[in-house]
Amino acid sequence: MKMIIAIIQPHRLEEVKEALYEADVNLMTVSEVLGHGRQLGVTEIYRGVKESGNLLRKIRLEIAVNDNFLDPTIKAIVKGAKTGELGDGKIFVYDLKDCIRIRTEERGSVAIG
Amino acid sequence: MPVAAPPVPFIDFGNTAWVLISTALVLFMTIPALALFYGGLVRRKNILSVMMQCFISMAVISLIWVAFGYSLAFGPGHGALAGIIGGFDWAFLKNVGMEPSPYYISQSTARIPHIAFMIFQMMFAVITPALIIGAFAERIKFSAFLVFTVLWSVLIYSPIAHMVWSADGIFFKMGALDFAGGTVVHINAGFAALAAAIIIGKRKSKKAAPPHNLVYTAIGAAMLWFGWFGFNAGSALAADGLAASAFLATHIATAAAAVMWGLLDWLLHKKPTMLGVATGAVAGLVAITPAAGFVDIMGAMAIGFSVSVVCYFFVVVIKPFFGYDDALDAFGVHGIGGLWGALLTGVFATPVIQSAYKGLLYGNPNQLKVQALVSLTSIVITFFGSLILLKLIDMVMGLRVTEKDEAIGLDVSSHNERAYTLVE
Repeated sequence: MKMIIAIIQPHRLEEVKEALYEADVNLMTVSEVLGHGRQLGVTEIYRGVKESGNLLRKIRLEIAVNDNFLDPTIKAIVKGAKTGELGDGKIFVYDLKDCIRIRTEERGSVAIG
Repeated sequence: MPVAAPPVPFIDFGNTAWVLISTALVLFMTIPALALFYGGLVRRKNILSVMMQCFISMAVISLIWVAFGYSLAFGPGHGALAGIIGGFDWAFLKNVGMEPSPYYISQSTARIPHIAFMIFQMMFAVITPALIIGAFAERIKFSAFLVFTVLWSVLIYSPIAHMVWSADGIFFKMGALDFAGGTVVHINAGFAALAAAIIIGKRKSKKAAPPHNLVYTAIGAAMLWFGWFGFNAGSALAADGLAASAFLATHIATAAAAVMWGLLDWLLHKKPTMLGVATGAVAGLVAITPAAGFVDIMGAMAIGFSVSVVCYFFVVVIKPFFGYDDALDAFGVHGIGGLWGALLTGVFATPVIQSAYKGLLYGNPNQLKVQALVSLTSIVITFFGSLILLKLIDMVMGLRVTEKDEAIGLDVSSHNERAYTLVE
């Protein structure tokens, strides 16, 4: 089992979700987060005063998958999120120790999907 | 031939209705308009403190006003001080009742009840110190704020109002024109704000934080625009042609100023901003205030377009250069905009609106001199008066919250409540 955490551009969320559904990945947690990578934040101007280094809004996806779903999920996220410009985001993959479905108390691979 | 008896002043229903509605409109400018305008500009941890300061000012100053503030500002003065400050003859509204007001502008006999004038002026007395909140926002101690607001209202606001608007006032007798409070409200609060920003010092945060909710700020600015019709057109103290003219001039100057600030943003910083247009609108409202009942729409446009350029320069260039932390630009917009409006009233006042008053453009350069003299004298009084008052309060009880309380935010550290919850 793997845990996939993807940081993507907010305006690519719809495309990423669509690509994930096509790959039959339907379970995910989405949160709004702040951060920046190589673009080093944004400069905003309020009453003529420049405020640089502001953190950018990003979307964080958390998806737990069984091993055979890892590559299709990654491909779907890339397909939806890639524009080829700075700021497209990153995908992190962790080993997942366990997974418990609260309703049935099932554990492990069966609990994921 | 029988000689006609001198006309006896009487209560005019239409005039009274308009002034009472205007009174409510001016109340609306402090709460919620100014509270929202300022509240959106501060960080999320300080919005309630700013709203609280606006709200409590409304309550406290209203009480002071009926107790003796009105008497000091508009009541009869005595002896050598008659031109500077009123006495206590009208304290607790003694002799201030339903009879026709001794204060009127455009109609000699069709007047409003004295108490209607008193409560209309009360709303001006409330909003003036509330404007200063913009200078010391996010770091003032609430107790010190209360002491300052009460003392400032009594020691600075009432005398300046007396000098400019009372029939005994020295500036009034010099022929200074201030239709709705460019000097009494905006120069007065704006230069007190500069003193406040200097005395209290900068906010501790390393870098300026962006406004936390510009939607509130935009709504607040729109409500200020709405309420300002009561402020300016209400100052005609009658529902007549002059009120309509002041209404129109107010609107056109504000429109021009909003457009100009947006253009400056666009030209100098590539994009027009909501905050810029809202700030421009407020600057326009401020600048037309002294002129509203004296200028035509050409004058209003000239005042509106130019005030945004002047205020923009102060907010964007002068403030960072000198480094005073006028947090929400109370000085840059109200002080400078008020001064600019007071001076231009002396330029654009036209006899077409009120035949008795004309400015430089209409062959009366003396009016500009009077405007400049009165503005500068008021600036000296309010700036140094506020400086001394704030310094004394700082010595006695301290003006600032602790560094830790400032970092936590005044909502929690001063009031033990927060505006937004993260989880329901």
